[in-house]
Amino acid sequence: MLSIKNLKVNVDGKSILQGLDLEVKAGEVHAIMGPNGSGKSTLAQVLAGQEQFRIVDGEIRYDGNDLSTLKPEQRAHAGIFLAFQYPVEIPGVSNIYLLKAAVNAARRARGAPELDAMDFLAVVKEKLKLVDMPETFLYRAVNEGFSGGEKKRNEILQLLLLEPRLAILDETDSGLDIDALKIIANGVNSLRSAQRAFVLVTHYQRLLDYIKPDRVHVLAGGRIVRSGGAELALELEERGYGWIEAETGAGA
Amino acid sequence: MSKPDPDIEAIIAREYSAGFVTDIETDAVAPGLNEDVIRLISEKKAEPEFMLEWRLRAYRHWLTMSAPAWAQVHYPPIDYQSIVYYAAPKTDKDRPKTLDEVDPKLLETYEKLGIPLQERALLAGVAVDAVFDSVSVATTYKDKLAELGIIFCAFSEAVREYPELIQQYLGTVVPHTDNFYAALNAAVFSDGTFVYIPKGMRCPMELSTYFRINTANSGQFERTLIVADEGSYVSYLEGCTAPRRDDNQLHAAVVELITLRDAEIKYATVQNWYPGDADGRGGIYNFVTKRGRCRGANSKISWTQVETGSAITWKYPSVILEGDNSIGKFYSVAITNNHQQADTGTKMIHLGKNTKSTIVSKGIAAGHGSNAYRGLVRIAKSAAGARNYTRCDSLLMGDQCGAHTFPYIEVKNATAIAEHEATTSKISDDQLFYLRTRGMSEEDAVNMIVNGFCKEVIKELPMEFAVEAQKLLAVSLEGAVG
Ligand SMILES: Nc1ncnc2c1ncn2[C@@H]1O[C@H](COP(=O)(O)OP(=O)(O)O)[C@@H](O)[C@H]1O
Ligand SMILES: [Mg+2]
Repeated sequence: MLSIKNLKVNVDGKSILQGLDLEVKAGEVHAIMGPNGSGKSTLAQVLAGQEQFRIVDGEIRYDGNDLSTLKPEQRAHAGIFLAFQYPVEIPGVSNIYLLKAAVNAARRARGAPELDAMDFLAVVKEKLKLVDMPETFLYRAVNEGFSGGEKKRNEILQLLLLEPRLAILDETDSGLDIDALKIIANGVNSLRSAQRAFVLVTHYQRLLDYIKPDRVHVLAGGRIVRSGGAELALELEERGYGWIEAETGAGA
Repeated sequence: MSKPDPDIEAIIAREYSAGFVTDIETDAVAPGLNEDVIRLISEKKAEPEFMLEWRLRAYRHWLTMSAPAWAQVHYPPIDYQSIVYYAAPKTDKDRPKTLDEVDPKLLETYEKLGIPLQERALLAGVAVDAVFDSVSVATTYKDKLAELGIIFCAFSEAVREYPELIQQYLGTVVPHTDNFYAALNAAVFSDGTFVYIPKGMRCPMELSTYFRINTANSGQFERTLIVADEGSYVSYLEGCTAPRRDDNQLHAAVVELITLRDAEIKYATVQNWYPGDADGRGGIYNFVTKRGRCRGANSKISWTQVETGSAITWKYPSVILEGDNSIGKFYSVAITNNHQQADTGTKMIHLGKNTKSTIVSKGIAAGHGSNAYRGLVRIAKSAAGARNYTRCDSLLMGDQCGAHTFPYIEVKNATAIAEHEATTSKISDDQLFYLRTRGMSEEDAVNMIVNGFCKEVIKELPMEFAVEAQKLLAVSLEGAVG
């Protein structure tokens, strides 16, 4: 589904990703771990189409097609979703308005009829329960005054509504208490299917207690320096990243 | 955002969607202004003597005045002798009684603008006094309103039918001496709307007028007078859109609102004059004097405006808070794109005790647009306990545009409180990216952010107007990002 080869990305002229390779198949869950500043968010944003990040080499293929020519919205229409590490606030725009617009943009893209306000409300109320958010969140401005945890839950709400084929979660677990973590894990697990893939960017093994990954990768110095099964995450939890960096010669 | 986008270029090149000309024959006098032209206008409208006298007094005063130069707008001097001061559609000679009698070309024009007059009138329950050029062409629901004692008619008709009301109230809010454009309007005003709501009457429907400039070089001098008698209420909607033109066109309207004790007037405008092309050629000059006077205690006047058009806008809907406990409100969205210039704002003049005013101004500048907010809050010595709250937000798109805020606050009573807040922000790349990853095009993302920015004002508009206003914001900002 997703195939990244020798990806090199510059941000403001600085080289951040330096030859990254990653293969994700439909039905799989991949965890990407790594020290701060190693380029995890950069990778996530590049996949979503952030134009400020320049691809200087390599390629990204999604369903076999070159992704780099697609605009962010076209990627969304093709089923790619990014849950942001830092979701932005949009004053004056009610959450429900954005959610409905996003859902209908996705529906239009796949030739499905748009949902009207009543139908949408019924759908969104169901999903709200899954992320344990009160209805009042629908009528507040997007992310405005939301706590860190509420913002993350709102991202998962969007994930549940949009049902993407490739979902990238950038540190959605950071700063959450254990109950919120479970909610997010439940959300992800409820969507797991043979047609869908997940890329989870995370710092902590504990998310992976609830979402069992097929593969775990360590991103350091702008490259994937080690890949393994779920047990790699446990090892990282115990030993930190230093030993891998030492072994592979990748300075963070 | 960083690299130029071919789609955006195409959008920029897209033409103003209401830019077309309907070729209805026009009955116009030769360009130029003198006392004979004024006599001719008055005669054509079969006006009573007092009206002609009033016009001539205004004209003589106007000759002593010069155009204001203080506003943050720039334009070549206007040659007032090259303007046509009277133009009426041919159909005026045989004034239509119903919509069926209206020139089908005219109805077609409204159709093209997406203003299906009949539908609006019949389905939306809105009475429409449509002003086409300078003469009212179609008036609906008038009879129904008349049963309630509500007068809603063309100004020229009111002058003939209700001369005592006109004499009693005309010029009592905006005297002909007020300013250069108000004096000019008083001298040559062609037509407009008169509304009178009798004591205790809550007008059961929104009153609405659509304006449209159509005759080349014919200045538009509308005059609107709305009187809400004691304990009455009315909501009035004004909307306009203009076809494409090469010469700049002057529009100098005057609107006077009067509320007596316990009365309320809500006046909403969605304004879409042709703003000129991408280089600023051919747009409308919109120099308008709008003022309300809360004469009675506990009365209320609110102005809500969405300004998206004009090459130049010069406009300060104001409220004089005379009655004790009276309330004035001003909600405004002004957008300037390409080379548009807007100098707009409000004046709240507090005279009565415990009078309150609220000002919420949202300015959006894009392209080479220049957007100035100019607000005056004057609290007189007599206005014990008066309160004002002012919020002034500017949103900039790109780095070629400008926003300026000129708040003037004069407080002469120590028990009064005036608060002022101002912000300037830019649409952030992060906001745009976030929305685009949710499947929205760049344009839709911009519109969503802009609508959010304007929400406090838009929600003051009646429902069907709010939808129209949002569409207008989108059209006005096409191509503003890239
Ligand atoms: N917009 C930006 N401008 C300049 N440098 C950036 C920007 N975004 C990220 N970086 C830099 O890129 C590197 C990788 O950042 P990021 O991808 O956020 O790391 P991670 O998510 O792994 O913590 C860091 O050194 C960071 O400072
Ligand atoms: Mg990060």
